Amino acid sequence: MILAKVVGTVWASQKDERLVGAKLQIVRPVELDYSLKNNFFVAVDTVGAGVGEVVLVCQGSSARQTVMTENKAVDAAIMAIVDKLDVVE
Amino acid sequence: MNLAKVIGTIWATRKDESLVGAKMQIIQPIDHQQNKTGGEIIAIDTAGAGPGELVFYVSAREATIPYPKDLAPIDASIVGIVDRVDLYKQT
Repeated sequence: MILAKVVGTVWASQKDERLVGAKLQIVRPVELDYSLKNNFFVAVDTVGAGVGEVVLVCQGSSARQTVMTENKAVDAAIMAIVDKLDVVE
Repeated sequence: MNLAKVIGTIWATRKDESLVGAKMQIIQPIDHQQNKTGGEIIAIDTAGAGPGELVFYVSAREATIPYPKDLAPIDASIVGIVDRVDLYKQT
């Protein structure tokens, strides 16, 4: 999983019918000090994250391993909202 | 599988319910000479590793295999703690 920050929402009326009801968020990967990296991508939100929150994003085929995304066309899923990081070095 | 060093812990109260009780660690992938290879990742810890320890991890879909629940969104899992690495001269 990687750390990322939710920076926006995607609205798409016409999409694969199994994605109807899925909340699509724009996320940007962040460093451990929460500074933004340069890339961004769209992830399905399975936990109800809001814009500005730091989240964990699961990528690849593992992103389909949730009740909400099982057997759907998903390659990135927000699966946790980060409360705190404790970095030792 | 890849080598990594555990560099921290992460707390997340709101998460997918299959991950309740799972221990998550921040790991830095490294090569055999302990040089960093790429950015940090968050891995589920099924081996009981602590900060500073050298571990090996699996990534992608296979990372859910060590986890007790079948349907869990995990793309990286720590599966072992490294005791020692022996390197032989390349011939």
